[in-house]
Amino acid sequence: TVSLQVIWDLISNRQFCSYKVKTKTQQFCRNEYNVTGLCNRQSCPLANSQYATVREEKGRCYLYMKVVERAAFPARMWEKVKLSQNYEKALQEIDENLIYWPHYMRHKCKQRFTKITQYLIRIRKLTLKRQRKLVPLSRKVERREKRREEKALIAAQLDNAIEKELLERLKQGTYGDIYNFPVHAFDKALEKQDVESETESEEEEEEEEEEDEDVGKREFVAADEIEESDLSDFEDMNNVKASDDEEEEEEEESEEEEPPAKSKGKTPLKGPVRKKRAYVEIEYEQEMEPASKSKAS
Amino acid sequence: GREEKNTQAKSKCKGKKEKKKEKRAEEAEEKGPESESAETSSSTRPALPPTFSLSEIKNKQRRQLMFMKLKQEKRKQKLELRKKRRKEREALGDKAPPKEVPKTIENQRVYDETTVDPEDEEVAYDEGTDEFSAYFNKLINPKVLITTSDRPRGRTVRFCEQLATVIPNAHVYYRRGLALKRVIPQCISRDFTYLMVINEDRKVPNGMILCHLPDGPTAHFKVSSVRLRKEMKRRGKDPTEHYPEVILNNFTTRLGHSIGRLFAALFPHDPQFQGRQVATFHNQRDFIFFRFHRYIFRNEKKVGIQELGPRFTLKLRSLQKGTFDSKFGEYEWVHKRHEMDSNRRKFHL
Repeated sequence: TVSLQVIWDLISNRQFCSYKVKTKTQQFCRNEYNVTGLCNRQSCPLANSQYATVREEKGRCYLYMKVVERAAFPARMWEKVKLSQNYEKALQEIDENLIYWPHYMRHKCKQRFTKITQYLIRIRKLTLKRQRKLVPLSRKVERREKRREEKALIAAQLDNAIEKELLERLKQGTYGDIYNFPVHAFDKALEKQDVESETESEEEEEEEEEEDEDVGKREFVAADEIEESDLSDFEDMNNVKASDDEEEEEEEESEEEEPPAKSKGKTPLKGPVRKKRAYVEIEYEQEMEPASKSKAS
Repeated sequence: GREEKNTQAKSKCKGKKEKKKEKRAEEAEEKGPESESAETSSSTRPALPPTFSLSEIKNKQRRQLMFMKLKQEKRKQKLELRKKRRKEREALGDKAPPKEVPKTIENQRVYDETTVDPEDEEVAYDEGTDEFSAYFNKLINPKVLITTSDRPRGRTVRFCEQLATVIPNAHVYYRRGLALKRVIPQCISRDFTYLMVINEDRKVPNGMILCHLPDGPTAHFKVSSVRLRKEMKRRGKDPTEHYPEVILNNFTTRLGHSIGRLFAALFPHDPQFQGRQVATFHNQRDFIFFRFHRYIFRNEKKVGIQELGPRFTLKLRSLQKGTFDSKFGEYEWVHKRHEMDSNRRKFHL
């Protein structure tokens, strides 16, 4: 039989202890039955005959006591005592079981028991709160998705699609009378005829006719969705009563919002539109005329 | 065998051109017994395909040379074919057969049987009575609550703020560790119609949960390529308070339809055309691209668009019938990677 002092002597400094973990400032003991976690003369379960620990299993705490007579049979060496769920009662039980044991051992056991109960309480509290589920990303899949997204972006040709859709809506008249764009053919005819006897009502009729023709002729845009909400929008826009003054105001606002670069785009339009409008203004929009003229310049 | 080795040894000292000649000579020797004397016009190699492939040549330089030559030949042939075809077409003039349409992924897409027919009555009836009918019958205006996952970082916070400017009547609230299941009844009591949760990972938004509130469907998206306003080139000024228009492109199947309605119901139904702002959700190959533009009609044939606002892409991960409930919810559609990602021509939206 090797004395405990010799065991400790060998373990601590000379020979190898497989439970020992050394860091820069401290030594830890990885033995499961160690009360503190440190590698000390008093905390080493191998080098002490009178040893006790507290361990928990599935939420219940047990007091483990080492029986030196069975040191030869490590599987049966530790005696297990179930501790009560009540904190104070469990402390008393520890005291009863470890009566006449050195104070150090009793104290450390109780400390360990306290810590264990505290972390059990925290576990129970956390499980009631929201638990974050971590979903692992597969790198291969992520790369594949990224590549597919790039390709889809190129295939989508977003700007073109959006412009097409907007022009479609303009043709279908969702915007109502906000934009008074004369259609090309009508424009040419207008220039040819040297505007004389056309009243505003006639112009409107012709506009509508032109728009109807366009509606019939419009090209089929594949796989474009006209949502129900949009349809209801169309209906609404047709019912919107916009007086001429309101239209003029809207146009003024929209023109003011433009950044100056865009006004260049507008001016070529001003020519023919101006012609028609000049005629109109003579009859109706006299108040607005000076404002629009100043903007054009 | 031995002859080959001798010639190889010799060629190591010689230059490239000589090597080529040697190779040709070698191959002529090798193929001599096998092939006929017919040769292509461009090279001295025989026209019959040799019984060995390029990969059997052990010498890397030579192998690469041969491969390069093969490629050049192929290219030449292709060019000749093209020229021939063009000449034929010009010669025929009007009678020429119509140009062949190149195959694209969209052309080759596997037909999905849930594709919506525009005149389908069943679909129309369903859409008239589903959870969005309240919105589409103009009874309710949308009110959106935007929030994030716990402890959002700067990018996510700014993204949420920008989203709130894009979507009218949207409010951003801090999450502060609240459970969604508790948040939802509170939202309902305060008359919100939408709950949008932006999930964050490593300081970058990467997921979005869009929940239609009075027990509407919940959609979970993967968010990628988020560009905030200041990162966008040539953008316009900040969006105004006008209600934007909505464009939904390419939502063809039933699933796509329901997602499209989900997006449409985010925005109020009377867009203010004075604002000239348009929000676009464009679906392409199951990726939904979101853009926010300001448009202006230069004339009736041209429109100019200027991008404002954030842009991001979404990919649908799952659609759940009720409000958010990951444990006991009933899922209408879940993205199953092994079944759905294997075929490159099959899309679900």
